[in-house]
Amino acid sequence: MTQSGVYWLQQILNALQLGSIYALIALGYSMVYGILTMINFAHGDVFMVGAFICFLAATLLKLPFVLTLLITMTASAGLGVLIERLAYKPLRNAPHVSAIITALGVGLFLENLTLAFYPYPQHVPPLLHNVTWQLGGVALSSLQLIVISLSLTLMLVLDYVVRRTPVGVAMRAISWDKTSVPLMGVPVNLIISITFAIGAGLAGAAGTMYSLAYPVIDPYMGIMVGWKAFIAAVVGGIGTIRGAVIGAFILGGVEIMVVALLPSTYRDLVVFSLLLTLIVIRPHGILGSPRVQKV
Amino acid sequence: MKGRVLIAVAFGLLALNCPSRAGKLQFYNTRMDQSDSVGQQSPMKKQLSLFLNFLVLSAAIALIGCGARAPKEQVIKIGAIVELTGDMPAVGASSRNAAELAVATLNRAGGITIAGKQYRVELVTEDNGAKPDQSAAVANKLITQDEVIAIVGPNASLGAIPAAEIAEANRTLLITPWSTNPKTTMNTASGAPKQYVFRACFTDPFEGRVLAGFITGQLGAKRAAVLYDVASEAPKSQAELFRQTFEKLGGSVVAFETYTTGDRDFSAQLTKIQSAKPDVIFLPAYYNDVGLIAQQARRQGITQTLIGSDAWSSPELVKMSQGSVEGSYFVNHYATDIATPTAREFIAAYQQKYGKTPDDVAALTYDAMGLLFHALKAAAAPERQAVRDAMAAIAGYPGVTGDIRFVPGSGDPVKSAVIMQVKSGQFAWVTNAVP
Repeated sequence: MTQSGVYWLQQILNALQLGSIYALIALGYSMVYGILTMINFAHGDVFMVGAFICFLAATLLKLPFVLTLLITMTASAGLGVLIERLAYKPLRNAPHVSAIITALGVGLFLENLTLAFYPYPQHVPPLLHNVTWQLGGVALSSLQLIVISLSLTLMLVLDYVVRRTPVGVAMRAISWDKTSVPLMGVPVNLIISITFAIGAGLAGAAGTMYSLAYPVIDPYMGIMVGWKAFIAAVVGGIGTIRGAVIGAFILGGVEIMVVALLPSTYRDLVVFSLLLTLIVIRPHGILGSPRVQKV
Repeated sequence: MKGRVLIAVAFGLLALNCPSRAGKLQFYNTRMDQSDSVGQQSPMKKQLSLFLNFLVLSAAIALIGCGARAPKEQVIKIGAIVELTGDMPAVGASSRNAAELAVATLNRAGGITIAGKQYRVELVTEDNGAKPDQSAAVANKLITQDEVIAIVGPNASLGAIPAAEIAEANRTLLITPWSTNPKTTMNTASGAPKQYVFRACFTDPFEGRVLAGFITGQLGAKRAAVLYDVASEAPKSQAELFRQTFEKLGGSVVAFETYTTGDRDFSAQLTKIQSAKPDVIFLPAYYNDVGLIAQQARRQGITQTLIGSDAWSSPELVKMSQGSVEGSYFVNHYATDIATPTAREFIAAYQQKYGKTPDDVAALTYDAMGLLFHALKAAAAPERQAVRDAMAAIAGYPGVTGDIRFVPGSGDPVKSAVIMQVKSGQFAWVTNAVP
């Protein structure tokens, strides 16, 4: 079926919006893996709690959008640090499997804790008034614009922090060699906590933007989104920040294009098959480099 | 009675087992020949004490047991399966409220008389979480463990169809208030109607005809787009039936898009629909999905009128759509603004008890309960088969949602529908559609 360029432009916009949200979550996975070589399976549920915090802030405090976003990001960051201190820090020297199981357990705990308070899906009141502009046949909504630009801004800020600030240098150093970095006087525990805080804060921002775009939230929404973001991070090269972003936009793009061309029931099947193929062809992900373990 | 027996038993045991004053004096006198066996009883005394304890206890048990077997009020149990948790809690809450109102009203009037005996009705409510597997499980529990005489519910077809299978297999009457998918009352293997499953509402084929006729006739639309949940029974059958009937009336379905339960992003499908340039968009979705889809559609600049199925009728719809369904039309089972005297009575009673206007799920559940009570009264005995036969024989029941009678040999009633429009955030009646 031949479609006009306008149609594809519209679909590209849809993909950018979806990809932006995935990117913010995928970054959290990548950063934690980079610094601790651990997959934080609870991250998708941190995103879900972020969406619920946004819901609470919107319904109870009724603040303007920017304040709600800041509150959600701060609260999510706090949650991330809390999880790290309580669940992951005691297991730093334990076998990897224990850390993974703990992460899954934390995720289940967050889901069921939220379920206890909100057994029904909740509707988030609109935080922003939406305006739709028609640009030569392509409909651009202010919401799409805000989601895409806000995500890009956050990603650029993160990139700056990681490449130009001492904290960022410390993070990268720890991901290279964890044993000798403390010898240089770097407070490793603090840097790890900061990493979790940033990752969780970004997930909180993703939760806010998700609530803007899809205002119905429920305690299990973090599962699928979390898995997809994790896969996006792996495809892009887990441990690298640029890789997480690229992987997320690829994932968003494939999802939208599959639905545009096939019935939507095939979406997850095709997306995951494609990503599996990508991993088989390039196991370290697009931007990842093989980790050489020197004996 | 039980309490008094227990107190007597307690005193008896205390008296038997507490050491006597004589024994205590003995202790203080420290008789040499009993100094090492103070407090101990001789073997014979021990045996006697044990025997007396045993007598007291068995007497107590016999008395309490007798007390419990004393004749009590006769109770007849009706099971209700509703969607209290999951995707559509508003539907379940409405249904449960109406069922409880019906039972309370009946019991206040003295209960029900079956074959000359007076019974009180007890409602056993179970949650199916709007899931097919849970529906089947609770249906089984109600039939085998709670031994209910009949089941009302589930409401959504995705739960009603599996529950109906269980009821049919166990030869128990099940009446669903709101499920419109034809499969619920039909034996899919043979194509024959089920014997034990009934419904209080019209079915999807009728709904499809009503909508297609309304759209082509009153709205004059020639091109329609459809977006439906391919994983849910009712929307799927409604979408397909709508397409058949719309095309038979000369219209063309220019886009036929799907999504899966739980999807949140519909931008790709909506963009496809938009590029097909339809006159109207048919959206047979439950109220939680309609909100998301309608909002995203308006955001993308889709201005066409939206058309809904009977699943739109929840009061939560407008709240969740934030104005994006204004001006849309949908089919419903009854309208509060053209209510008959029977309906008005029900609406007033519901409003008094729950502080809300009842929606169609509540009205249909109330009618389903009414039909069940009618069948129970006419039944030859308080047994499942007798109740089922009485239900099938109902010639005409004046319900809240209209006059209900079953097509002979089938569990489907002949009912009329109403078309509603969302005007200023309220549901307003537009027209009636008679079969």
